Amino acid sequence: MRGVYGRGVDNPWLSLDYLRRSGDEVWEHLAIHTTLTLEAMALAIALALPLAMLARRSPRLSGPILGLTGALYTVPSFALFALLAPFTGIGRTTVLIGLVAYALLVLVRNTLVGLQGVDPDVVDAARGLGYSPTRLLLTVELPNALPSIVAGLRIATVSTVALVTVGVVVGYGGLGQLMFRGMQSNYRAQIATSALLCLALALVLDLAIVLLARWAMPWARTRRDRVRAPRARVRGAAA
Amino acid sequence: MSTIGDAWAYLTDPLSWVGSHGMFGTALDGSLRFQQDSIVALTLEHLYMSFAAVGIAAAVALPLGLWLGHIRRGGGVTTVVSNVSRAMPTLALLTLFSASAIGFGNRAVIIAAALFAFPPILTNTFTGMADVDADVREAAFGQGMTRLQVALRVELPLAVPLIAAGLRTSTTQTVATVPLAALVAGGGLGVIINTGVATQRYGQVLAGGVLIAVLCLGIDALLARAQRAVTPAPLRRAAVVAA
Repeated sequence: MRGVYGRGVDNPWLSLDYLRRSGDEVWEHLAIHTTLTLEAMALAIALALPLAMLARRSPRLSGPILGLTGALYTVPSFALFALLAPFTGIGRTTVLIGLVAYALLVLVRNTLVGLQGVDPDVVDAARGLGYSPTRLLLTVELPNALPSIVAGLRIATVSTVALVTVGVVVGYGGLGQLMFRGMQSNYRAQIATSALLCLALALVLDLAIVLLARWAMPWARTRRDRVRAPRARVRGAAA
Repeated sequence: MSTIGDAWAYLTDPLSWVGSHGMFGTALDGSLRFQQDSIVALTLEHLYMSFAAVGIAAAVALPLGLWLGHIRRGGGVTTVVSNVSRAMPTLALLTLFSASAIGFGNRAVIIAAALFAFPPILTNTFTGMADVDADVREAAFGQGMTRLQVALRVELPLAVPLIAAGLRTSTTQTVATVPLAALVAGGGLGVIINTGVATQRYGQVLAGGVLIAVLCLGIDALLARAQRAVTPAPLRRAAVVAA
């Protein structure tokens, strides 16, 4: 496809010239993308942990919570933004709500799986030592569930970075905005640069979580094979 | 709540279903064209694009997964493929393809969707084949079955539940990805939302969101039944865990 430049005009995929010319704009969108991701993850964690613990404490709630998260996860992000936009307007709020919703689903599921996977003997032993339910949860069950929670956190963070770009549909897609504009004007360098930055951001955040998890779980370093986190099985789609 | 009223009005207007110029037309090059103002035509286009993408992905991923799973190698590769595909924004691939030699429109969307449909099928086929009990394999070889017979008559039937789960995940995900086509001048149900946002008809946006959500949930429910049907009763519990 020749595009708007016509025959023979150079339209490279990667160019330093683009960065030199529009560095500020790229930086600005990268900042939006990063803060949006971090904000969504912080909100999702703050909501997911209590919700998962609630589901753990009362088994009657765990069925509905897991069922609802599964069904919601099947609704595509594009549709979710469209469902929210008429009520929350176009812009940051809509995107943020959508991102929190998807991250929430992954986190609740993984936290619950982690809590349910704690060795019953360990729980029994703690109970025998006279631990109160709260202390049991905070000092025994939660640390034991950490590998699974971290696995969920990694999946949720990486998919949130990718999901932000769908925000384009309501005019607030971070780096996706640059991709979209680059496509409209057939500016290859703009598309490729923002796509690479998206991948890099996901990689950096993922690495940060891994390092943070290693620091938080000193016991996991020596016996990594034993505590390898169960891979989250997430059904459905967040395109 | 006039938005909900507008959405209802849009959904109950027969014209929005069959379109003002019929459901199908002819494109400039004489090929079939789905009219972009008809819900029925857009749904058909949506399904056509989704199944084309899943078909392409399955044609490559199934044989590859069967082979890798049978020789029990390449588990690391399949994990890497699925991780990278999670980090790659769909929009990035769509815009990259649109600006490349592939060009705008449905072709770019089908190729991009096929790439995203690929990892779940590959991973599940591989896991299904590689996780077959080693004793069962051993016994089959001991009876004098050839490699091909072991792969197709012993391992494959035991892997069917997981393969079906992979195809289901992949299809649901693809039906959910295709709406993005509207952003790169493609078709499918996303067009309703995109047009709605562009013309500030939020009732139509809402209706589009509902239509896509219903389609995705419906397809997933349908495939869940199909998955259950192809899974032999004794294996059903295992399949539920793996889904």
